[in-house]
Amino acid sequence: MKPRPDYQLQRNAFGRLELRTADGQIHEGVAPVRAFPITAPDDGLALVDPYGHELVWIDRLDDLPDDQRRLLADELAGREFMPVIQRIVGVGSFATPSTWEVETDRGRTSFVLKGEEDIRRLASPALLIADTHGIQFLIRDRHALDQHSRRILDRFL
Amino acid sequence: MSAANRTLPADATAPTGPSGPVLPPVWSQRLATQLAPGEQVLAWLEIDLDGALHFARGLVVVSSERLLVSPAGEQDWQSWVYRAGLLLSRRDHSGVGTLELCDTAGRLAHWRYTLGSDVAAGRLVERFMRQLSFRLTGELPPPASVTLCPKCETPLLAGQEECPACSREIHEPPSTWTLLRLGRFARPYRKQLLGAFILSLLTTAATLVAPYLTMPLMDKVLIPYQNGQPIDPGLVLLYLSGLLGSSLLAWVLGWGRTYILALVSERIGSDLRTATYEHLLKLSQEYFGGKRTGDLMARIGSETDRINIFLSLHLLDFATDVLMIAMTTVILVSIDPWLAAVTLLPLPVIAWLIHVVRERLRTGFERVDRVWAEVTNVLADTIPGIRVVKAFAQEAREAARFRAANVRNLDVNDRVNRVWSVFSPTVTLLTEFGLLIVWAFGIWQIAGDRITVGVLTAFLAYISRFYLRLDSMSRIVSVTQKAAVGAKRIFDILDHVSSVPEPANPVHLPQVSGRIELRGVGFRYGTRSVTRDISIVIEPGEMVGLVGHSGSGKSTLVNLICRFYDVSEGAILIDGVDIRSLPVAEYRRHIGLVLQEPFLFFGTIAENIAYGKPEATRAEIVAAARAAHAHEFILRLPHGYDSLVGERGQALSGGERQRISIARALLIDPRILILDEATSSVDTTTEKEIQKALDNLVRGRTTIAIAHRLSTLRDANRLVVLDRGSVVEVGSHDELMACEGHYYRLYQAQARNVDTEEELRRLEVDRKDEGDRE
Repeated sequence: MKPRPDYQLQRNAFGRLELRTADGQIHEGVAPVRAFPITAPDDGLALVDPYGHELVWIDRLDDLPDDQRRLLADELAGREFMPVIQRIVGVGSFATPSTWEVETDRGRTSFVLKGEEDIRRLASPALLIADTHGIQFLIRDRHALDQHSRRILDRFL
Repeated sequence: MSAANRTLPADATAPTGPSGPVLPPVWSQRLATQLAPGEQVLAWLEIDLDGALHFARGLVVVSSERLLVSPAGEQDWQSWVYRAGLLLSRRDHSGVGTLELCDTAGRLAHWRYTLGSDVAAGRLVERFMRQLSFRLTGELPPPASVTLCPKCETPLLAGQEECPACSREIHEPPSTWTLLRLGRFARPYRKQLLGAFILSLLTTAATLVAPYLTMPLMDKVLIPYQNGQPIDPGLVLLYLSGLLGSSLLAWVLGWGRTYILALVSERIGSDLRTATYEHLLKLSQEYFGGKRTGDLMARIGSETDRINIFLSLHLLDFATDVLMIAMTTVILVSIDPWLAAVTLLPLPVIAWLIHVVRERLRTGFERVDRVWAEVTNVLADTIPGIRVVKAFAQEAREAARFRAANVRNLDVNDRVNRVWSVFSPTVTLLTEFGLLIVWAFGIWQIAGDRITVGVLTAFLAYISRFYLRLDSMSRIVSVTQKAAVGAKRIFDILDHVSSVPEPANPVHLPQVSGRIELRGVGFRYGTRSVTRDISIVIEPGEMVGLVGHSGSGKSTLVNLICRFYDVSEGAILIDGVDIRSLPVAEYRRHIGLVLQEPFLFFGTIAENIAYGKPEATRAEIVAAARAAHAHEFILRLPHGYDSLVGERGQALSGGERQRISIARALLIDPRILILDEATSSVDTTTEKEIQKALDNLVRGRTTIAIAHRLSTLRDANRLVVLDRGSVVEVGSHDELMACEGHYYRLYQAQARNVDTEEELRRLEVDRKDEGDRE
C-alpha cells in the first residue's frame, strides 16, 4: 500500500492540471517536469506552476498512487516530444544542410539537419539531433542501430 | 449576405491557405465532400501530430461558416459552428505547438503540430477570431496593416519582395564537386596558371626524349658492336649529348613551372583564408554561439593550408602525370601499336582499384578531420578554464579526457591506414605484373623478328617511368579527398548565409534622432520562445531601464535592438524605419554598447579607446577618456595612453576596464546607447565612479540600460519591467512603486541588500578618508 501524498491532483475542464496542496491552496496549469529526461526519466519529477516555481518534488513516478501516476504520465505524454530515431532510412546528402528520412518511435518523418554541430553527443552512446525547428531527435544507442543507419550516421560524426 | 460579400477579404474567395498557396490535392478532394454549397475556406493548417504525439497527417480548416477539423490519423471530420464564447488559441512547448478550442465552460478540443507550421497556425487563429467576430457583430476587424510575408508573417519592408526570414532557410546541400569551386579563387591568376601549364607541357616532353634515345643507342650502337662492328664515337657523342641536353632542359623548365605554381597557390590559399575570415566576421552572433572556437580556428588555419599544399604540389604532380601518360601513349603507339596495347592493359585495372579505395578513404579522412577537431576542442575547453580545473583538482580527469580523444584519433587513423596501407603495395605489384607482360610479349615478338631489341628496351624504359607515375598518381586519391574535405569545410563557412542578412535594397539614414519602436517583437531560440509580443516606443533622448529577473529576456531584447539576432516576429524600427532594411554596419555605427564584461583587445589603451573610430585624434581620445573618468588612472600607468593591455586587459581592474570601454562608446558619439549590466561586475565604490562616467555618456542620447541593481536606474525616465519574455509594467520608479506590482516586489527584495551595501560603502569611504589623512 503506497502512502497517499498530502496533495491532490486533477484535470479541470480546460484540460489543465490542478494541484491542491496540503495548505488548501489551488494551483492551476501545473506542469510536470522531469529533472533528468534522458538519463533517468522516471527519477526526479517536479510539479511546477506556470511561473516555473517548484510546488512539489516527486522522487519516483512509481511512488505515486495509480490514478495520479496515470494523470501525470498522460500529461507528460502530451508535453514531451523527443522522437527516438530507430532507423535512418536515408539522407539527402552528406553535406549539410541535409534532409533526413527517419523512422522513429512516433512514426516515420523527415527533418532538416542544419549543420553537423546540431548532432550533440550526450553521455555515450546517446546522441541528440536538433532539426531546423528545434525539435530534438534522440538516438539512445548509436551502436545499436542497424548497419545502414550506422554508416550514414558515421559520415556526420 | 450582401454585407458579407462586401466585407469579406479578397482571399476569402480562393482556397488559399497560410502554409502554402494551394491546399494539397489529397486534402482538397476530401474537403470538397464536407463543404456546404457556398462555404468558403478562409485558412487552413496541416497538422502533423496526433493526440499521442505520433506523426500523422490531419487538417484544420477555418471556413466562412465554421471550424472544420480532420484530426490527425482519423478519417472522420469534426466541426464547430461559430458561436459566442469560442476561443481558439495556440501555445507551444519543446517543439510542439498546441491549438486549443475552448468555450467558457472548458476545453472542447485540441490538436498538435510541429513548430514548422507554427506561423501558419498563428494565421489560422487570427482568421478564426476575425471571422468569429464578423459572425457575431457583423463587422470584420481590419487585417494587420503592415504587409506580411505570406509564408511566415514577418512584416515585409518597402522594396522587399522576398521575406528575409523565409529566404534564409536554404536547405540545399553544397555541391559535391567542391574543389571545382576553388576556381573562383583561381580566376585572378589565369595568366600565371596558363604559363605554368605550358611549362609543364614542355617539361614533360623534354623528359620523354631520354627513353626515346635508348632505341637508336641499342639498335645502332650496342647491337652492331656485339655483332662485331666497331663503335662510332661521333654517333655515341650525339646520342649522349641528346640525353644530357634533354635532362638539362627538363630541369630548367621544371624549375620555372614549380616556382610559378607555388607562388600562385600560395596566393590562392591566402585569398581563401582572407575571404573565409571576412565572411566569418559578417555572420551573426547566432553562428558563433553554435560553433566552437577550436573548430573554427582549425578550419581557417589548417584547412586552407592543406588546400594550398594540394594545389601547389599534388595537383601539379597529377597534371604532369596525366600529361606524361598521354604523351607516352602516343609515342608507344607510334613505335609499335601491338606492344603498346599490351603495355597499357593493366591501366584499367589500376584505375578501377583507385576508384574502389577512393570511397573508403574519403569517409575515413573526413572522420580523421573531425576527430582532430575534437582533440583541439578539448584544449580550447580546458586552457581558458584552467583555474577551475586546478581549483577542483581535476587535472587527472582532463588529462584522461585528452587521452580519450587521442585514443579515438588513433583508432580512426588506424582504420583509415588499414585500407591505405594495402593500396600502395597493390599498385606496385600490378606494376611488376605489367612489366612481366611486356617482357614476355616483347621477347616473343623479337623471336618472331617483328621488333628490334632497341624497341623493347625503349618500351621498358618508358613503362618503368609510366608505372612509376601511376603509383604516385594513386596518391592523388587521398590528397584530393583530403583537399576536397578541407574545401567543403571552408565552403561550409562561405556558404553560410548570415541569419542577419544585409537588405537587398538598403535604406540609408544619414541622421538618426534615436527614436526606437518595438512592434510586437517576438524571438524564439530553438524551441524556446524567449520574448513575445513586446511593444515599446522609446523617444529620442529618453533613458529607459529594463528590469526583471535574470532570464526574463532583457539581454535578448538588447541583442535584438543591436541586431545581433533578427526578430522572429514583429519588427524593430528606428526613426520609423525597420532596422532590417538598413545596412548592418551602418546601423550599428549609431549604437554604443557597454557590456558587463568589457573586452579589451591586445594593444595600447589609446588603440582600445579608438577601436570604433580608428581615425580619432589624440585630443579626441583624451577627451573621451576624461569624460569617462578614465583619464587620471590612465596617466598613473607607467606608459600612459601607450600602456599595453593584455588579451583581456589583465593588468587593469574591472572598473578601470569598464571605464575604458565607456570611453570607447563615448568616442563614436552614438545616438543610441545600450548599457548591458555595465556596473554589475564591480563593487559599489567603483560603481559610483562608473556612474559618474555614465552620466556623461547618457546625456542627450537615447539610452537603454539593463541593471541588476535597481538603484542604478533611478535616473531613468521610464522603467520597463519584463517577466518571462513579456512586458508586465511600464512607468517611472515612483509610479511603479505606487502601484505596488511587480517592480515594487523586485525593489523590496533588493532594498535590504542595498541597505547593507550602503553601509559597507560608508565604512569603506570612512576608511579611505582616514587613509588620506595619514
